Amino acid sequence: MTNLLEIKKLNVEFDTDEGRILAVKNLSLSLKEGEVLGIVGESGSGKSVTAKSIMQLNPGNTHYEDGGEIIIDDENVLKFDSIKDLKKIRGGKVSMIFQEPMASFAPAIKIGNQMVEQLLLHKSIKKAEAKSISVDMLKRVGIADAEKRFNQYAFELSGGMRQRAMIAMALSTMPKLLLADEPTTALDVTIQAQVLDLIKSIVKEYQMGVVFITHDLGVIAQTADTVAVMYLGCIVESGPVREIIKNPKHPYTIGLLEALPDVNNLDVPLKPVPGNIPSPLERPSGCVFHTRCSLYEEGKCNIEIPELKKYTEGHQVACLKVSNNE
Amino acid sequence: MEISSQKKEAYFTATQMQLVSSRFFANRSARIAGAILLFMIVISLFSGFLSPYDPTIAGRDKQYENGSPELPMFWDENGFSLRPFIHTKSKYRGADTNFRWVYKVDTEKRKYLQFFVKGWEYKYFKWSINLPGKKFDFKIPGLTFDTHLFGVDSGGIHLFGTDKAGKDLFSRTLAAIYISLAVGTLGVFISFVLSLIVGGIAGYYGGWIDGIAQMFTDAVRTIPPIPLFMCLAAFAPDTWSSEMRFFFISCLLGFISWPTLARRVRTHLLTERSQEYILAAKLCGASSTHIIIRHLLPSFTSYIIVDLVISFPYMLLSETALSFIGLGLREPVNSLGVLLQSATRADVLLNYQWYFLPVLVLITLILSFVFVGDGLRDAADPHRNK
Amino acid sequence: MNNNLITVNDVSVEFDYQENFLSKKQKIQAVKNVNLNIKKGSFVGLVGESGSGKTTLGRAILAANHISSGQVIFHDEKNDYNLANISKQELKDYRKKAQLIFQDPYAALSPRMTVRDILAEPLEVMKITKTREEADKRVREIASKCRLNLEHLRRYPHAFSGGQRQRISIARALVSNPQFIVADESVAALDVSIQADILNLLKSLQKELNLTYLFISHDLSVVAHTCDEVAVMYLGRIVEHAPTRELFSNPKHPYTKALLSSIPSIDPDKQNKAIELKGEIPSAMNPPSGCVFHTRCQYVNENCKKTVPQLEKLNGSDHQVSCLRINEI
Repeated sequence: MTNLLEIKKLNVEFDTDEGRILAVKNLSLSLKEGEVLGIVGESGSGKSVTAKSIMQLNPGNTHYEDGGEIIIDDENVLKFDSIKDLKKIRGGKVSMIFQEPMASFAPAIKIGNQMVEQLLLHKSIKKAEAKSISVDMLKRVGIADAEKRFNQYAFELSGGMRQRAMIAMALSTMPKLLLADEPTTALDVTIQAQVLDLIKSIVKEYQMGVVFITHDLGVIAQTADTVAVMYLGCIVESGPVREIIKNPKHPYTIGLLEALPDVNNLDVPLKPVPGNIPSPLERPSGCVFHTRCSLYEEGKCNIEIPELKKYTEGHQVACLKVSNNE
Repeated sequence: MEISSQKKEAYFTATQMQLVSSRFFANRSARIAGAILLFMIVISLFSGFLSPYDPTIAGRDKQYENGSPELPMFWDENGFSLRPFIHTKSKYRGADTNFRWVYKVDTEKRKYLQFFVKGWEYKYFKWSINLPGKKFDFKIPGLTFDTHLFGVDSGGIHLFGTDKAGKDLFSRTLAAIYISLAVGTLGVFISFVLSLIVGGIAGYYGGWIDGIAQMFTDAVRTIPPIPLFMCLAAFAPDTWSSEMRFFFISCLLGFISWPTLARRVRTHLLTERSQEYILAAKLCGASSTHIIIRHLLPSFTSYIIVDLVISFPYMLLSETALSFIGLGLREPVNSLGVLLQSATRADVLLNYQWYFLPVLVLITLILSFVFVGDGLRDAADPHRNK
Repeated sequence: MNNNLITVNDVSVEFDYQENFLSKKQKIQAVKNVNLNIKKGSFVGLVGESGSGKTTLGRAILAANHISSGQVIFHDEKNDYNLANISKQELKDYRKKAQLIFQDPYAALSPRMTVRDILAEPLEVMKITKTREEADKRVREIASKCRLNLEHLRRYPHAFSGGQRQRISIARALVSNPQFIVADESVAALDVSIQADILNLLKSLQKELNLTYLFISHDLSVVAHTCDEVAVMYLGRIVEHAPTRELFSNPKHPYTKALLSSIPSIDPDKQNKAIELKGEIPSAMNPPSGCVFHTRCQYVNENCKKTVPQLEKLNGSDHQVSCLRINEI
């Protein structure tokens, strides 16, 4: 079975007044149908930029280096020349939900009309049918009084409802791939739990592929099948969720897990990762993490760039000090 | 990219002002526009020195009415000369010219330019203010000079040509730049004071005071400016001196354009008031005075300078437009708008094209203001959406 | 009397709300009838979701918000300050003793002042030091406690990362030598790796300077790791208040149970089943009658809709719950 999404050697740079900033370096990952891939990282890790690259939503000063590929269903998105081709993909095969639900909804148009408009753009169906699909979708995401909400404006809904309505809108066109960029970060924890349950059940029912971006490892642990840990534009470790969390190998992943407060483990003191995240204008040479790494080796880690190598089946690590363990 | 630690430290210890000015100067169009603007301001201040002739009717050259521009040359068919010169012209009219006055160039007779010549008198700071009532009249003697940068030994030199009465367009243009800038400055100043009062009260107190101030501001803003100006300008009696008229027009401009600035002032104050560092200061028990002086005023100043510079070109354009249709300044006080008035006749377009030179000057002046304003705005707030 | 530093006694905070000056005036009940004792030297966590009133309560305790009814009493060694009824001079004294650390490290520091000036401002405003040298000495002292070195003092906030700015915020709160600190979502805007650093700093400063903290947060895991006791708020009321271990291992109030079950566990094998809460959080302008949680509670009965429950101790322990049916569920 071919992969639903395949990214190969993606390099994304931004032109700014201060020069060219490298946001994503040499990124490769793949996603199958029905799989939830979690991308976790802190600020500056490049996780949002990656997701936006899939939909080509990055701002105008973005450069994608030649040689990179983003293949969705056998089409290379980076090679699209016309907006028309992109529009076919956006909202059609690929849908995206954002952190801020107000970002998806125009404030002066009723939610229902926006959903119907999106449907009509991608499917050749009648307006009445589009409306019934939309209302149905609103019901599915757990919005009570779906008919009433269909005729309301975005500001009339609470934060949690808005987020669910955004998910409904994103899913109404039955995309094969769903990109979720911090969808629950702005929500209360009780609402977050409901939204995550919803995403999980939808993935199961429609066999959608989901790329779930977040900084919250707990959310990843409960929702994702595989996880990729990003730091300053590079994937430093990736693999099945269970394996990465129980058996992390990259010093950054280990550091993250040790810094994370765990409700079930109140006796363990929190260990911060020493140092600061370097500014993207001052990318460390060699391994990007070497300035904060406890395993740092002078002469090796600051010169050589580690590649993502197989550690065990499915588990890949990009660290010069971690050897293959088969 | 390796950044030296010295440069990094300079960045860390740079004040807001330093950051803003370094961003401004890094912007090429802002730099160039800034230089041009500075140049124009300087030459307007020294307009008396740079103009060979009095821009008013007193300095007209009866021998050279409607004359075309004369540019100094270094070289003609008779040879090269280190000293710049122009050719003499003589008036001629005959059947072959349809009995229109034309100028014939005599390439044999040269007029050499002289520098630092003595000529007509120009004054600085000489004002006489006549307010109602004898007690308020006062005169300030001011400074008088009579040296000019260049002139010719006989006849006249008219770099931009002359108009119908023989007035030198170059001198008039320089004086006009000064007048336009002066009216603009005064107008912006009046507008600023008014908007500070209204916008400041609205922004600082909020609540119902803000509501009322807003209504007032919006009411003034909805009045169409040109009819309003026409009404108010009509009140100015013709007996007023040109200074009074100048002052009056500036006041009018200020009174009509303050609402926009007031809105900006109010917005800035409202945003700054709700900043968390203001709350932090309040939680230490800081008094309102301390907060205003230490926090609100500095942040406010940098925004307002940008707003003032951006509103300048609008002020200039308003004055130019109004003078152009005859409602603003009039002879003998001439601004760029007044100069443009004479450029509207059809025969000007056909025969005396140099009347349009002030247009180029006006465009340059306004564009340079706009670019400087944009550059300042981008420098002060680089995170706006581009 | 007791070793309470702060006694919050039946405090309510209401706000007037008027959409525009032609519509009806309404009242928002941000905090209603809250009782809370904060003991000296403790690290109290205050958790709740949006609309719970935790920030309003925290600010009321600092006299940054008005108090509509009830009393907040600060027990200093020499005298008590009643914040609902405090004189100007007393308020000035109180400000030296109780300070706030903000959430947003980017908005909390004036971009036009150097770090030294930011840290010295409270000293100058509150007239704690008289000369510039005294102020400088105190600034250096507190800066080094927060792990900021001398060169940092000359720089402006734009030179610093989020975590460093938060340390500057903490230093500023501590420069007046306070006894009580309210940390309002102070780590919410920071990356995970930096959060741990700040939390450890707060704990070490507590020991070193004998501080009492009120830590407001929506993040239960963070609260679980740093606080000694936790109070859970819902729609302006405290529904449960217990020592941390006790609360997290043995939650009693239905809301607390639902809240704790919603936290996604880092252990992928522990698939927690979140207790679903029906409906949405009611509006604070129109709170439900009786127990405010009754509209979403799975154990609701007729009595819950009529009677307002009080915060009561369970079996004489430190565990307080505000639920009418606590003995039945």
